[in-house]
Amino acid sequence: MKLIFEKSVPGRGAAVLPACDVPEVQLSAALRREKAPLLPEMSETDMSRHYTELNKRVHGVNCGFYPLGSCTMKYNPRIDEEMAALPGFTGVHPLAPAHTTEGCREVLKTAGELLCEITGMDGMTFQPAAGAHGEFTGVLLIKQYHEARGDLKRTKIIVPDSAHGTNPATAAMCGFQIVNIPSAPNGCVDLEALKAVLGEDTAGLMLTNPNTVGIFDENILEITRLVHEAGGLCYYDGANLNAVMGVVRPGDMGFDCIHLNLHKTFATPHGGGGPGSGAVGCKAHLAEFLPRSAMMDEEGHIQVRSFAGNFLVVVKAMTYILTLGREGIPEAAQNAVLNANYLQAKIKGTFTPAFDRICMHEFVLDLSKFKKETGVSAMDVAKTLIDNGMHPPTMYFPLIVHEALMLEPTETESRDTLDWAADVFRKLYDLAHTDPDYMHASPHHAQIGRPDEVKASRNPVLRWNPEA
Amino acid sequence: MGSYIPSTREERLEMLKTVGVSDYRDLYRDVPQEMYLDRPLNIPEGKSELEVSRTVRAMAEKNRVFPTVLRGAGAYDHYIPSIVRYIPTKEEFLTAYTPYQAEMSQGILQSIFEYQTMICELTGMDISNASVYDGATAAAEAAAMCRDRKRRVTIISGAANPDTINTVRTYCYGTGDELRIVPVKDGKTDLAALKELLTADVASVYIQQPNFYGLFEDADAIGEAVHEAGAMYVMGCNPIALGIMKTPRECGADVAVGEGQPLGMPLSFGGPYLGFMATLQKHMRKLPGRIVGETTDTKGERCYVLTLQAREQHIRREKASSNICSNQALCALTAGCYMAAMGPAGLAEAAKQSMSKAHYLAALLTAIEGVTLRYSGEYFHEFVTEMPKIPEVLEALEADGILGGLPVEGGILWCATEKISKAELDRAAAIVKEVLSK
Repeated sequence: MKLIFEKSVPGRGAAVLPACDVPEVQLSAALRREKAPLLPEMSETDMSRHYTELNKRVHGVNCGFYPLGSCTMKYNPRIDEEMAALPGFTGVHPLAPAHTTEGCREVLKTAGELLCEITGMDGMTFQPAAGAHGEFTGVLLIKQYHEARGDLKRTKIIVPDSAHGTNPATAAMCGFQIVNIPSAPNGCVDLEALKAVLGEDTAGLMLTNPNTVGIFDENILEITRLVHEAGGLCYYDGANLNAVMGVVRPGDMGFDCIHLNLHKTFATPHGGGGPGSGAVGCKAHLAEFLPRSAMMDEEGHIQVRSFAGNFLVVVKAMTYILTLGREGIPEAAQNAVLNANYLQAKIKGTFTPAFDRICMHEFVLDLSKFKKETGVSAMDVAKTLIDNGMHPPTMYFPLIVHEALMLEPTETESRDTLDWAADVFRKLYDLAHTDPDYMHASPHHAQIGRPDEVKASRNPVLRWNPEA
Repeated sequence: MGSYIPSTREERLEMLKTVGVSDYRDLYRDVPQEMYLDRPLNIPEGKSELEVSRTVRAMAEKNRVFPTVLRGAGAYDHYIPSIVRYIPTKEEFLTAYTPYQAEMSQGILQSIFEYQTMICELTGMDISNASVYDGATAAAEAAAMCRDRKRRVTIISGAANPDTINTVRTYCYGTGDELRIVPVKDGKTDLAALKELLTADVASVYIQQPNFYGLFEDADAIGEAVHEAGAMYVMGCNPIALGIMKTPRECGADVAVGEGQPLGMPLSFGGPYLGFMATLQKHMRKLPGRIVGETTDTKGERCYVLTLQAREQHIRREKASSNICSNQALCALTAGCYMAAMGPAGLAEAAKQSMSKAHYLAALLTAIEGVTLRYSGEYFHEFVTEMPKIPEVLEALEADGILGGLPVEGGILWCATEKISKAELDRAAAIVKEVLSK
């Protein structure tokens, strides 16, 4: 389809602003730009149709099944959107006097208390705007803690090799050396490997539990105890909290600080990549190190973003938690786990689960044997799923499983949908044995065929060029 | 109790049977009993949609929404065209994930590609990323991208927004790198002091244009000094001002960043907003964050993908200088809609009117006995006044539905946008006059 710039007609536009009703002031010549930016000139009809056409070329959770592992693509309730759009929230200036923003402060306080109880933490900040941003904040808490105690020899953060790629990047951003430890074959922490690297230089451990292959690490108490004994702190990557919320709490597992993805676990929409909220919670001994805003609060604290973070996302998450309540939160987790196990059971017999056991909220298929037999890769399967109206699972992650497809159905899918998905997987399994070439060339009926990613990277075209 | 789980009780029991477990507890067999939560969470019971709606509305009603906002300082109350409010609420845009699967995400990818193009046009730079969290983090990411082995020191103007300074300070604290803050002179970056700070280990210098006090910096001269010292020049710009203001490219900047909130995002108590970030071709592979590029598909048709991902954390892991792996896609879509709805003429008009209204307000205020402008430099849509009885003035304005300027350093930082009518400005000035004449 055409770009918006290719639909632009000079002289078109919508009448948005009235004529200026005060004497006009001009910028002095030295401060003026040479020529106007080449922005689109559109009628409102043009615009409405352009964005509607774009919107048709997007697959949202509202369009169909979206089992993208590690991303918790659950349904995003409309009431949450409606509440966040209330003018009483959207119209509030972050620097308005406190007595005129009591409602906003109540939202932050309420959401903080709810999430502290759900996670077993004592303090919470909503300043981080995304999961990776929350990781950064959390590891900075660890850094400040050791420094405040004068314990300056703690320079290393331990990260299992099954971790999300952001974990080592985060530790590097916080000035720590990264110690990678190998995972046990099931993605769990290898206790001996952990013991071997723990020492006086250990600042902390970053861990996801359930881990990145969807298994709950049963040694978790032993792990956090060992780290604490060595003088380190334990950081919980909350990416997989949907499996256990209301069932077991990171605080009770022994973690000192955590980040949450409100845009995963607490049903706020991803918006095509953001805005999210990477709320960070911590135990009391770290609370004094939480970030503040120099403008809204006071100087002298760390700060990872302006103001109080993505406030409207917090409104949505709070609305969601109030709706589910004390029964609904664990019920969501339990059914997320049930749905994952049900889908795994239905797929079994065709594609092979990497770990043949009860999983948490997600499971990984290992297609390496299947690929050897048929020549069809995880990528080919993923692309053929697109033709079947399903968003593909996460591909080639975690790195410790080869030809991985990681499925996370979430609790908001019905049994019918899971049965349908299992049928599709079975159908593709058979197709790979009869017509692998068809799958190599998939998708056949999508918006586009497979894009040439190498070309995109070798000859980067990153903006529209009027001369081209 | 509200619930979004479709399966009925009967279905769930059958599904448990299919899985081969007796109950939910059995699904959590790996969770040791000693930490299994054997009590209900201490949070309220679930509620129906109607009840929740009442609860949350009651919270919203505890806020005061001012019809007239004369306060900026990092969050600006511009008029948002109706269509800009509507488009990002479409459910597909709203509920999709990051566009990893290009074959079913062309709409998002193209909207980002269009956004990137608009940011390039606005800033004059060659390439833009898909956006970052906000203006403050954009400044911090820019500082990180400018560092190399030899040059580690970051310099930021003391006339930048305090939240930006504090965020950059935090990111520098993370990596253990030095931050130097340039003193402020007459409300602007002190150029002579900056030159003193520009040692051979300085990686980058950040200034804000217009700055925190609303004043235009002498961006060209600062850029020359920065480049003379071999450092990179980062400018944080107000995107509305860029409708008429000399671009960072024209001022010699290497990286242009800024708070994108004025491009169609409501105030929303501080977020969601977005940070825009653009640079020159030669720094392309250093630019952090998501980037969308054009390519062709198997049929030779033009299409869009996430590209240049070798820069990113999931490949570079501990060698990455940034861990950002998302953008503010829906905010970038909003900003794109806003720029399309306004067009070049509309954006310039919003800029001109904001500036004109601020100057009109300043003229009215300084005509009042006891009110003076603190700084004499040229300003955009914010300015600082000195006056007595500041708390009384702000209180009187508030009583009349006007959010007055922000108290800063013993003065008031005022802001006006195109959204404010002459009548509102006259009214505000009359109230100030009345208070001061008492």
